[in-house]
Amino acid sequence: MRLVVAEDNALLRDGLIRLLEANDCTVVAAVDNAESLTVALREHESDGAVLDVRMPPTFTDEGLKAAVAIRAEKPGFPVLVLSQYVEQLYARELLASGQGAIGYLLKDRVANVGEFVDGVRRVVAGGTVIDPEVISTIMARREEPVDRLTAREQEVMALIAEGRSNQAIASALFVTEKAVAKHTNSIFAKLDLPVAEDDNRRVRAVLAWLRV
Amino acid sequence: MNQQAGPLRLTGFAALQLLMFPLVLVSLILVVVGGTLTLVTVGIPILLGSLPALRWLADRHRLLAAQTLGHDLPSGHLPTQGMSVLGRLRTWARDPMTWREIAWALVVVPIGFVLSLLTVLLLLAVVTGAFWWFGAPHIMRARATVDRIFLSPGHTEELEQRVSDLTVSRAMSVDHSAAELRRIERDLHDGAQARLVALSMTLGLADDLFERDPDAARKMVAEARDTTGAALGDLRSVVRGIHPPVLADRGLSGAVQALALDMAVPVTVDDGLAGRPPPPVESAAYFAIAECLANLGKHSGAENGWVRLSWAHGVLTAVVGDDGRGGADPDRGTGMRGVMRRLAAFDGTMRVSSPTDGPTLITLEVPCALSSPKTTPSSGTA
Repeated sequence: MRLVVAEDNALLRDGLIRLLEANDCTVVAAVDNAESLTVALREHESDGAVLDVRMPPTFTDEGLKAAVAIRAEKPGFPVLVLSQYVEQLYARELLASGQGAIGYLLKDRVANVGEFVDGVRRVVAGGTVIDPEVISTIMARREEPVDRLTAREQEVMALIAEGRSNQAIASALFVTEKAVAKHTNSIFAKLDLPVAEDDNRRVRAVLAWLRV
Repeated sequence: MNQQAGPLRLTGFAALQLLMFPLVLVSLILVVVGGTLTLVTVGIPILLGSLPALRWLADRHRLLAAQTLGHDLPSGHLPTQGMSVLGRLRTWARDPMTWREIAWALVVVPIGFVLSLLTVLLLLAVVTGAFWWFGAPHIMRARATVDRIFLSPGHTEELEQRVSDLTVSRAMSVDHSAAELRRIERDLHDGAQARLVALSMTLGLADDLFERDPDAARKMVAEARDTTGAALGDLRSVVRGIHPPVLADRGLSGAVQALALDMAVPVTVDDGLAGRPPPPVESAAYFAIAECLANLGKHSGAENGWVRLSWAHGVLTAVVGDDGRGGADPDRGTGMRGVMRRLAAFDGTMRVSSPTDGPTLITLEVPCALSSPKTTPSSGTA
């Protein structure tokens, strides 16, 4: 996997590069601001970008705006956004920027190297990876059509939104993969999703669930 | 009260003023007589009765003048609650407003009487109907203006009032920020700091164990990683309590939207802000709205909530409403008191209307300027 990394803190940038390169990823360019990111994406052939939300010059939400801009230019370009804090509002904006190939995670999640690299892979493969902290605030909401899901289906849906595979969901919930497949099919039906290949339906389910 | 009254209504006011005229006259005479007789004590009971009567009549005229002119008339008496009889008399004598009211009764009431009488007669004489229709508003406005000049506090009194208000609000702000700093210190001490201490101990232990028991050491490193995560979580919540990042990123509108999204109760946001208030006002307003929404989620039992943000004539207004059970009391609960203290530093106010069975409506108002129109956040999003 060839990736572009944008992070303004040198320590964290070096850490990210080391971590990604140790896991069979190639970091083709590492930049420290959104403008250089645009240039780097034009100059280098890459499979995706990992970027920080807060970057110069205003240190607010440059990374987020950059992610949306990149995807407006290159529809479906995989972007994983990292942040010191997560907001449902931002998750929605990112999800609205195209179908899938998007990730939004707390920087803390990088500590769990295996899961983080797995998340990067899923985003590059076109999946959706949303931080559990965002998911938990959505779970607390009581609204249609989420209410139509059973408690178990809600749990499965939350894990789908986090970007887990059926196998990972099965082991997290201590059930068989077959049982998970049954739940996901029921979820897809309840969310009125048209028949399509599984990955695409998962992305659509997340969008429907978040009501983007 | 911005609605101007029509000629008919104004004539009604004039009639009321005519009815009150004899009362004003009687209380004026009693005040003067009572005042001169205080030396021989008999005057005291007379004053105790007549001065409040005059004050009450003056207040009625203030209300009528306010309705006529379309804006409030402050009364601004010195407080006399809980004072002894003599103390009350002394305060009244010291209060410039008392003397203004006496002067008003002495000078204005006869003039005002003529003006009010004229208004009523113009209507009653029928043939002068046209004069009445066009003249009444002018005549009544003239009378109200004269009333206002005599019955409003003078410039010096207003400044005195302002100084005492500011002294109170400054003391409250200082208290509030001191309490906030203590809270932040405690949060850091009990949260992130404690976790970092635990973290360094765990890592130290792991360091010792690497040679002898690598498995145990690895377990400790994993534990250390969990502790780091918890410490980061603590720091995030402290940061949110100081200045939420989304507020810095997106301003009040975006931050309130983010708050609404995180609510368990569906909350709609109607954003009418064309720019951004100054950062300190933005922050105070944000925490005020956050507190209102937290209460809405916890106590109201509402099915729906809404927030409306607007700015007009130099005042930022935020209205938080819900369809819940009502009965909210702003004096109960430290959260709301903190909000009021914080708003007071900017001359901001909070009004709560929450009858039993609802709905609850909380109106926050802060005078402030609004910066240049906002740049649209992340253009291109749906």
